Amino acid sequence: MDEDERRRQQLAVMTAAFTSHVPHNAALGLQFERADPGDVEVRMAWRPELVGNPDSGVLHGGVLTSLADASCGAAVFLAVVPPRPIATLDLRIEHLRQPRRGHALTCHAVCERITQHIAFVRATIHDGDPDAAVALASASFMIFHGLREPGPAPEVSP
Amino acid sequence: MSEGLRARITAAKQRGEFTALAAEIPYAGFLGVSLRLDGDVLVGEMPFLPRNVGNAALPALHGGTIAALLELTAAFELLLRTEAPVLPKTISSTFEYLRSGKPQTTFAAAEIVRAGRRVAPVRVHAWQEDRARPIAAATIHFLLGAR
Repeated sequence: MDEDERRRQQLAVMTAAFTSHVPHNAALGLQFERADPGDVEVRMAWRPELVGNPDSGVLHGGVLTSLADASCGAAVFLAVVPPRPIATLDLRIEHLRQPRRGHALTCHAVCERITQHIAFVRATIHDGDPDAAVALASASFMIFHGLREPGPAPEVSP
Repeated sequence: MSEGLRARITAAKQRGEFTALAAEIPYAGFLGVSLRLDGDVLVGEMPFLPRNVGNAALPALHGGTIAALLELTAAFELLLRTEAPVLPKTISSTFEYLRSGKPQTTFAAAEIVRAGRRVAPVRVHAWQEDRARPIAAATIHFLLGAR
């Protein structure tokens, strides 16, 4: 098995984990193009059900926010060893230009700094030309330690 | 959607029912988001759907679905309160996540900070069982009337 094939298989395994634990990532069809600690590229194909303006076929802003949130989260998650639960604290997104109808989006997210409890991430989204970003995002994440998980206590099944 | 949009907004305002209008936006339908007038307040509503989950272990809603509910509610608030003839375009959004989104119905309501001629900042927040305990908030800047 050559190096490229090994890499493809590894990305497929990581995409499976990324989508099986996060149903909405699966619903959006997110796939890793690259997945390094603190630095990931995630691809999302254009689909008609993700459109925000039926006249122009432009994807809804919320789709880009989901892509940015998921990509930034993945960059943080892969950078924290051993793995810890994380949660988005805040996320800002700027829509520089409208993504073109029918074009897949790629989000490149880079973790700029990780402290014990907080991670800072920047992300760029493009629709085919990496030099013409359609959106820029920045986000910060909480990193949880010990048994405490973000949000409500999990319900105990009967 | 542009064809006769103004007339359909007027009709929706009279009925206090924005679900049909929201259904013209594919991603709103994908998320299950609907909008209705509760007295004077436009309320966005997103029922729990398994595919909107972002953390299967907790489970908790995906932050992106909550962001989309906030953005849709803010955009429809502008359609309701202004004479915007087309869907406003989002310039930038800042989202704050305040509590984990439980696997249940999520609501949102918006407030126009200032409706300028070209740009309108809108504040919007989302809650679940208690409106006084928001799970997320956002400030979103929209470009008005741009084609």
